Amino acid sequence: MSLAIPASNTLATGAPLVRNEERPACRYEDLGRMDYTLAWELQRDYVERRKAGLIEDRLLFVEHPHVVTLGRNAKNENLLLTAERYRELGIDLQTTDRGGDVTYHGPGQIVGYPILDLKEWKRDVVAYVRALEQVMIGAVGEFGIEAEQVCGCTGVWVKGAKLAAIGVHISRWVTSHGFALNLAPPMEYFGYIVPCGLTKPITSMELLLGEAPRRAEVVKALQEHFGLVFGRRMEPQSLTRE
Amino acid sequence: MSDVLMPQMGESIVEGTITKWMKKVGDPIQRDEPLFEISTDKVDSEVPSPVAGVLEEILVQEGETVEINTLVARVGDGSGVGKKPPKTEAKKEEPQEAAPVKAAKAEEKKDEPAPAPQAKGEKRAEAAPDANGRIRSSPLVRRLAKEHSVDLSDVTGTGQGGRISKRDIEAYLKDREDKPARKDAPAAAGKSAAVSGDLLTAFRPAPEARFGDYTVEPLSTMRRKIAEHMVMTKRFAAHVSTVHQIDCTAIAKERARVKDKFLEQNGVKLTFMPFFLRASAVALKEFPTVNASLDGSDVIYHRDVNVGIAVALDWGLIVPVIRKVDEKSVLGLQRAVNDLADRARKKQLKPDEIQQGTFSISNYGGYGSLFATPAINQPQTSILGLGAIHKAPVVIDDAIAIRSISYVTLSFDHRLIDGAVADQFLTRLKDVIENWSGPVL
Repeated sequence: MSLAIPASNTLATGAPLVRNEERPACRYEDLGRMDYTLAWELQRDYVERRKAGLIEDRLLFVEHPHVVTLGRNAKNENLLLTAERYRELGIDLQTTDRGGDVTYHGPGQIVGYPILDLKEWKRDVVAYVRALEQVMIGAVGEFGIEAEQVCGCTGVWVKGAKLAAIGVHISRWVTSHGFALNLAPPMEYFGYIVPCGLTKPITSMELLLGEAPRRAEVVKALQEHFGLVFGRRMEPQSLTRE
Repeated sequence: MSDVLMPQMGESIVEGTITKWMKKVGDPIQRDEPLFEISTDKVDSEVPSPVAGVLEEILVQEGETVEINTLVARVGDGSGVGKKPPKTEAKKEEPQEAAPVKAAKAEEKKDEPAPAPQAKGEKRAEAAPDANGRIRSSPLVRRLAKEHSVDLSDVTGTGQGGRISKRDIEAYLKDREDKPARKDAPAAAGKSAAVSGDLLTAFRPAPEARFGDYTVEPLSTMRRKIAEHMVMTKRFAAHVSTVHQIDCTAIAKERARVKDKFLEQNGVKLTFMPFFLRASAVALKEFPTVNASLDGSDVIYHRDVNVGIAVALDWGLIVPVIRKVDEKSVLGLQRAVNDLADRARKKQLKPDEIQQGTFSISNYGGYGSLFATPAINQPQTSILGLGAIHKAPVVIDDAIAIRSISYVTLSFDHRLIDGAVADQFLTRLKDVIENWSGPVL
């Protein structure tokens, strides 16, 4: 049976209380609307550069056109339509190297890709996933949503409905892929898959609040809570890309 | 031939599932190239190959879940593909005073995962054949048994009904390796004697200590291991210490000069450790016996300079190792020191980070000690102790000057190293520190 663990908005991860200037930096950028495969290529580039120590940690925010992605643990029976039917509906189908089963991304969903070197945080992938959950729980808390972690079910939950999903890839302790928070996606698209192989209901901030807050505000909250939970000094990535 | 193990991707993780083999048996692979992927809780992790070579054997298939540190593959030079893996060398035996042989596994100082536990001296439950006369085991286990010439009826099966799993056969093989002639054989090489030999146990009963008002607390596992190591190192190494006074004024000045810029540029605070690490590396390269280890009566001269840094923990002591110190810059060394100490305190060190040291440094000066005689960290033959850097009057050119000095001790194993070498080593180290000219920033 799953156990609900209520989250707190304080430093639950035990991140050390370090003065902001002394924290390692993490640059965040909102890439806006970007195709899934293009964003994946971009991530891979960042990952290599991070491994080489050429850049510091990054946090990328992006919004994808309709796409169903299959992670490393994907089971075909969680795709409820044929490839052709997905195409007809304008939904892209992609196999990817993140952990997890099948999920959907689309407009109205805030997708976050932290490119973090876990050697400089904690060499613990489970702790990383829990920390990502904490980031989102903290962020949505700012909008009045009381979300929680559920033991045994990765993701962010509100009264048994899934608000956000997580799927990560690690290469030499550098992370890629990350999380997807439902701001105001078209919910019927989730009906075309068995998300993450679970039959639990999916929800969104729009459904919970009646009206979706502005994307920019939610991204801001996510980025701030990311800095808090991971002990990073968050800095916006300048528009002129290196 | 290198063993590839299921890695532990986090503190609380006890097993992993292989999701994908990136290579097939017979494929070449580079060191650090992704060899396979595992998944844990929505995280898919690439696992790199520990060495370059050819993937010779895959022991765990995609979709299978095994415990961490389980052998999943072997990478070698290509000759072992499809054949029996080469025989591992039998451990050297040394004649000891007739210590009774116990069936217990010899304990090593380093953290090594124990295979299926085998009780001391109990009669082992041998695997019983099933109704068809066959021992319950999987095809993989039977193949392993055949390859290693193992009679399955000799193997203890820990599965249901005495079923033999892959772990059971691996445990049997490891056991067979460690005690090649099990009956009436003298105990193996000295380092295990501290546990299995009656004469060399680390503890003695003292019931007379139980007087008055007292509480009792048995020693933790870590504390026991430390105790056993300390007794063993003092028993085997002929400890002698020599002390030199080192004038640290030059490096103190250099550090004061650059520390703000260093912190700003690199995000880490500069301490004295990188200076002593670099000086040690220079001296160790010039005096290879100080960097050597003793295996029985063989001297192992290491080409690498891997220095362990003693870290005091609330619950004990641990010595994580910085590899190839001679190849690292001051910044690289400072980062390594901070990282290892930090992860030591958070219990996040990996087993291989406390192994393969060739020399150690104990910075007890940080706790106020002016002068001490540290114990050698086996199987090394020397350890450097750093006393507190403090201002003191010294005589220079027949005049008194105030300088920052430290009493630096080298405790060395007199079986291998003589005083003259130890003193020459320290003189060289002192020379590097007192005439520091290397780049710091």
